Amino acid sequence: MASLKELKNRISSVNSTKKITKAMQMVAAAKLRKAQDAAEAARPYAERMAAVMANLATAADGPEAPRLLVGTGKDEVRLLLVAAADRGLCGGFNTNIARLARERIAALTSAGKTVKILCVGKKGADALKRLHSEKIIGVIELKTVKALDGAVAGQIGDRIVSLFDEGGFDVCEVISSQFISVMTQKPRAQVLIPARDAIDESVPRPDLKGAIYEYEPDEEQILAALLPRYIKTVLLSALLENAAGEMGAKMAAMDSATRNAGELIDKLKLEFNRTRQAKITKELIEIISGAEAV
Amino acid sequence: MTEKLSFDLVSPEKRVFAGEVDMVVVPGELGDFGVLAGHAPFMSTIRSGTIAIHEDGAVTRTFIHGGFAEVTPDGLTILAEEAIALDSVTADAVSAELQQARETLAMARDDHERDTAQAQVDKLEALLGVLAH
Repeated sequence: MASLKELKNRISSVNSTKKITKAMQMVAAAKLRKAQDAAEAARPYAERMAAVMANLATAADGPEAPRLLVGTGKDEVRLLLVAAADRGLCGGFNTNIARLARERIAALTSAGKTVKILCVGKKGADALKRLHSEKIIGVIELKTVKALDGAVAGQIGDRIVSLFDEGGFDVCEVISSQFISVMTQKPRAQVLIPARDAIDESVPRPDLKGAIYEYEPDEEQILAALLPRYIKTVLLSALLENAAGEMGAKMAAMDSATRNAGELIDKLKLEFNRTRQAKITKELIEIISGAEAV
Repeated sequence: MTEKLSFDLVSPEKRVFAGEVDMVVVPGELGDFGVLAGHAPFMSTIRSGTIAIHEDGAVTRTFIHGGFAEVTPDGLTILAEEAIALDSVTADAVSAELQQARETLAMARDDHERDTAQAQVDKLEALLGVLAH
């Protein structure tokens, strides 16, 4: 049986761990609210953007349509944009994203396609490095970013678009976490480029009542300006949802860690008291039997 | 007044305006255009400038930078890269920011930095021009 001193030390160390996890949980809760608000606020723009894109995509479907919209006509090289968190300690959040990424990689490679990976967030890269390090073409860390905004998504978007223009890949997929509720996040893969495949059929299209759109300047110029922006918008909402999901997962993980620490402390305290009682009893017996012997 | 136009102004960060108005004048790429209820379907890119929202004889102005306007039978939607309410900024603050942006531009090390700084300078110059009136 451990000595009293040892038990005391353990209790105090578990206690300070509990304090840390409790603090992390509260920080995550505060950040979660902020991240949720940001994701919420970005939604109308993304929705309207998707509606406008859906409209344009049906209108411009000729051979001259931009390649970002219709693709290169091939499907040989796939770029997977794996968006995970930069930090750990958030339960299965990063693991789930990495698992989906690995499944996609396996499926695509067995279909004979070349896979390239661009990681956003350090933890995704860490998880994929062991098996697929040769496929990773870059890692973008968000640690230095203070607030996720259009500029951050813009940089990533520019990088993807210029890579596409150089012929670096044919199809781009984004793997990120879908924020369902604070407790539930589901990893999902969505096509980003070609944009035509990304447009959801469910996006409502306005009823034009037989009228025809007029464009100013012409369709091609509008599309050329709109497409990169559309890509950035999709990226931004994916990143914002990811941030909210990370905080939700972290909050849940830290909550259960705090509870575990509490249980452990209760157990250790019980053991401590038992040991102390046993020690007192033993001392008493020694004194009494000593007195009897006299 | 007859029919009202339903108008949405959204920026990536938030929904800036949503409601029913009489008329909106939008700074299109090829010239300003006014949108009333029942406008034909129309789509245009936007240059930096102010949109004027006419409602019950009153006019509200908002500065927008880059984006799109889309007119459908349901109404007008403006997707702005940035939207700044004109009463939330002062000319002095903007000129100070412009000064800073010019310095950043002068110190830019590569093309990417230069492009970002140039875009910022252009935006602030346009905003300042609007405020001066």
